[in-house]
Amino acid sequence: MSDYYDRSHLPNFANIGEGNPELADKFFAYYGAVFDEGALSKREKALIALAVAHAIQCPYCIDAYSKESLQQGSDLEQMTEAVHVATAIRGGASLIHGLQMIDRTNQLSM
Amino acid sequence: MKTQTLTRRNSPLSNSQNQLNLLNTIDLTQTPNQGHFDRTVNHPLKPATLDIFQINLGKLCNMTCKHCHVDAGPDRTAENMDLATIDACLNALDQTQAHTVDLTGGAPELNPHFEYLVDQAVQRGKQVIDRCNLTVLLLPTKTHLPQWFADRNVEVVCSLPHYRKRNTDLQRGDGTFEQSIEALRRLNAVGYGQGDPKRRLTLMSNPVGAFLSGNQTQLETEWKTGLEKNFGVQFDRLITLNNMPISRYLEWLENSGNLQSYMTTLVNAFNPATIDGLMCRNTLSVSWDGKLYDCDFNQMLDLPLKMPIAPSIHDFDLAAWMARAIVTDRHCFGCTAGAGSSCGGAIADGNAENNL
Repeated sequence: MSDYYDRSHLPNFANIGEGNPELADKFFAYYGAVFDEGALSKREKALIALAVAHAIQCPYCIDAYSKESLQQGSDLEQMTEAVHVATAIRGGASLIHGLQMIDRTNQLSM
Repeated sequence: MKTQTLTRRNSPLSNSQNQLNLLNTIDLTQTPNQGHFDRTVNHPLKPATLDIFQINLGKLCNMTCKHCHVDAGPDRTAENMDLATIDACLNALDQTQAHTVDLTGGAPELNPHFEYLVDQAVQRGKQVIDRCNLTVLLLPTKTHLPQWFADRNVEVVCSLPHYRKRNTDLQRGDGTFEQSIEALRRLNAVGYGQGDPKRRLTLMSNPVGAFLSGNQTQLETEWKTGLEKNFGVQFDRLITLNNMPISRYLEWLENSGNLQSYMTTLVNAFNPATIDGLMCRNTLSVSWDGKLYDCDFNQMLDLPLKMPIAPSIHDFDLAAWMARAIVTDRHCFGCTAGAGSSCGGAIADGNAENNL
């Protein structure tokens, strides 16, 4: 293995079943059910997945859900807005901890 | 974002044999049946009842879209169906029970005999479909067409890759979206898109890139909401088609480095439930010069009907058409991938592929 990430892993994700087929089967069945059309459309779910992919910074997921979002009918502007939602939540999550910093600073300061 | 035709640029891919050679050099050894279509289908495709005469009136078009499988454009003035061939189409039509005359191009409206053909087909009681690029309706000589279509109950099937501007203009050229919206408003104004089956307005979407069409039903709902809310435009139904890996789309796939992965996607997404509904089974495809094909894609690849003698509309033989074997090659995976693809849109329910 020359790199930590390998493009060929994405289409071969099912190989994760090599060590434990039963758990892999359960995971993929669950995964498929999650992305089925439901109260949310497949397009909405793909955009959520795309945003989460950026939040967790998973290159495999970004690859897969960029394509899936396009395929489900989103365009670049809509996908970019989804990424900004992830960015805002990530940024907000950092920033709101600033209140903890302020509380602690006030506690420690004269 | 405008391009020029392969023919005008003297591109090697303007030669259909070069297109077939390129398709067959793609390494698909990692796919089921190594990308061999007939082995994947597992039995020869059989003709069904002849329902549709699809007449390609020529390669002349006022647009030059990046994905065009016809390599149509303003420079393709030489390839236009003449009146004698149109009359031969009508004579052949009279020998069959086909219920639909499906007119395509290029921009079929630019053929000088277009209105004659439509009138003749309507007089015969046929359902007439005009495959319209929308922008042609704004040309000074064509502004009468919306009302003219409405008076004859012609179904208008309009190309619109996306209900938002960006992707439409990427595929079809800057400014196309705004012109398309204006043309749709004109069709709405004469009664199209209001649920009247005699004035049916259908939108047709090809993916803007190297991926498959989304779910037709789900997209239709979203498109109806988006076009109504943002532009006050209505339509009756949406059909989605996969892009065929031929002509200018093939060139784009190759130049963008997507050719291998797109073909792999098509082959891996093969859906046997699409076979019964494939358009090659119930459609006769006629080219501008009267030659006969299984579909418009075979027509563009110069793969004529497999018949004992060179097939022509001038001596059409329905019995021989029914007895023929359908001609296939690797491009056919475009019609069988995912939910499938035909001139009537998706064929079956389909899951394209696993994502992650």
